[in-house]
Amino acid sequence: MANTMEINFVKYRKIFFTISTVMILASVVSLCLFGLRWGIDFVGGSVIEIEYKNNRPSLEEIKHSLKNIDAGEISVQEIGEKGIILRTQEISDEIHQKIIDTLRSSGEFQETRFEFIGPVVGKETKDKTKIVIFLALVSILLYITLAFREVSWPVSSWQYGIATLIALFHDVLIPIGIFAILGKLYMVEISVPIITALLTVFGYSVNDTVVVFDRIRENLLKRNLSFEETVNKSLNETLSRSISTSLTTLFVLLAIFFFGGHTLRYFSLALILGISLGTYSSICLASLILISWKRS
Amino acid sequence: MKSKTYLTLLFVLVLVVIAALFDLSIIGNRPFKLGLDLQGGSHLVYQADLSQIEKKDWASTMEGLRDVIERRINLFGVGEPIVQTERVGDSWRLIVELPGIKNVSEAIKMIGQTPYLEFREPKPNYDELVEKNKDKLESGEMEIDELFQPTSLTGRYLKKAQVTLDPNTYEPRVSLQFNEEGARIFEELTERNIGKPLAIYIDDVLISAPVVKEKISHGRAQITGRFTPEEAKKLARNLSAGALPVPIKLISQETVGPTLGAISLEKSLRAGLIGFLAIVIFMILFYRLPGLLASISLVIYIILVLALFKIIPVTLTLAGIAGFILSIGMAIDANVLIFSRMREERKEQKSFERVIEDGFSRAWPSIRDSNVTTLIVALILFGLGTSFVKGFALTLGLGILVSIFSAIFVTKNFLRCFINTRLEKWQILWK
Repeated sequence: MANTMEINFVKYRKIFFTISTVMILASVVSLCLFGLRWGIDFVGGSVIEIEYKNNRPSLEEIKHSLKNIDAGEISVQEIGEKGIILRTQEISDEIHQKIIDTLRSSGEFQETRFEFIGPVVGKETKDKTKIVIFLALVSILLYITLAFREVSWPVSSWQYGIATLIALFHDVLIPIGIFAILGKLYMVEISVPIITALLTVFGYSVNDTVVVFDRIRENLLKRNLSFEETVNKSLNETLSRSISTSLTTLFVLLAIFFFGGHTLRYFSLALILGISLGTYSSICLASLILISWKRS
Repeated sequence: MKSKTYLTLLFVLVLVVIAALFDLSIIGNRPFKLGLDLQGGSHLVYQADLSQIEKKDWASTMEGLRDVIERRINLFGVGEPIVQTERVGDSWRLIVELPGIKNVSEAIKMIGQTPYLEFREPKPNYDELVEKNKDKLESGEMEIDELFQPTSLTGRYLKKAQVTLDPNTYEPRVSLQFNEEGARIFEELTERNIGKPLAIYIDDVLISAPVVKEKISHGRAQITGRFTPEEAKKLARNLSAGALPVPIKLISQETVGPTLGAISLEKSLRAGLIGFLAIVIFMILFYRLPGLLASISLVIYIILVLALFKIIPVTLTLAGIAGFILSIGMAIDANVLIFSRMREERKEQKSFERVIEDGFSRAWPSIRDSNVTTLIVALILFGLGTSFVKGFALTLGLGILVSIFSAIFVTKNFLRCFINTRLEKWQILWK
């Protein structure tokens, strides 16, 4: 029975620490190497999406036919089975029409989307996003402070807070690192939806950790076990709950990722990564950090 | 105790039936509001150049601008367009939404082409300038524009424009009628420029510069510019539909074709359905009868949220649907927390009733906490975000609030129904 089986998380904590450290280092390295590819939401630019009716011409053909158009550098990317995405600097509606007219000779298609964002709007979005991130951080910090305001034995409240923050940092930094790699390999851009997803992870993952910590404190009050045993017991008690709640959320996110169309693909991926890591860190990182601190 | 449970469930049942009928438009014929990314359409953002307008008049000028563009778009015939002004820091924007539009380019041209009418008066040293640069003016080396300076009289004071015929030459001309304020400005303008030309510009191009013979106080003026009858008609029509009170510039545009919109809608709904089914299967396999009850309350949850979307009404965008689907995954969390806790309570050999009550009361702090953080983030996102973020945050936030209701009222009362029944003893159902 699952009731009697106990996993000894505390014993394996060095392995978990190593895994997380490696992942964080890899993220930092890929961020430094590749940087992030910012989407037009933030830097301005234009995106044209078209869907061919029959055969999609090769990217070279398309690039070649557009070489006489004065729109700066045009990047072309395939999407889905018959679609392509063109990305350029911000262009006027006339140049946009010129591009469409030029492409008419390459085969029958339909323009499915055109987006144009001026540099001023991009900069505003950037500033606004910075404020949102800042506010989200502050409110989460406030929440953590409130949640752990009563000092508890044998680790102090600020240590709970710091451990939560480390876990949070871990949950958001690793997806960002993965997006740096995806940006390099598949031209995946950091857009408003991806930032939104990561901020949602902020709210979601912090309480996973808080729930485990709450249980630790509840069990500590009974005081018949050592700190290590209490942590391990609490982890095992909350394990099925942690996994179940993440699983149900992951089910819908995976459904969006696989069946929801390409517009929501990377948005759902960011949530999937963040929520999976959030569950992992609440079980295998946050509480175990407390034990290491107590030992040293 | 039990009668109270049944009463609550009866209340929930009535609520759900009404909501479901509402969702299916059987009662209260009110369709879901779909965003432009789902029904196809165009979202345009214009920046207004208010540099020539006094700061105190900015708001009213923007209102005038909005009315003018609205009239223009109505001429174009798009279903339910939205034109609104927005203030971002010190700059004023005009947001135009054109749902279901086929030819966006033409619409953009038409909005942009709305003629910008203005009157310019001679510079104070006009005579001197003309005298000094006679040769240059004749040879075209110096533009006539350089002789004139802007005035405050622009198209925003225009009441009406129509085509009339010049009684002497029978040439078509455009007659302008200013409103009260415009007439006053025009009077001042003509008074101080008697014997001098007053230049009429449309879209920065000089159309004519008639010489003022006397003070004009009735607020009427004519533009004669060797128009063909067609040109005069078009100009008059465009001017009366509204000369733009201030120049505008397109700074962002998002256009989604109707096919992509329909595909996005279909795909996201299918994703939602698949996710929902996966949750139901998981819950029943993992939690047995409680899992089934939680699935039923999840259906109730979905019916209620959809009804709320219609009542408020929430404009459903792709991001909004994503938020709603995510909230389905999170709504079941409360049930999971309760059932996990109930399992632990069962180990302590408590009565079935105590297991339910303690399970709920002990799971409550976790449910509250886990929803509070997500709700905080949703609130921040809603308050400050762009349209994508707002749609997502709104449906996610609403979903979380309703999910608390459904876990507490619906699931709990479902479970209570089984107290003191034979099913209560059937261990395999509850596990």
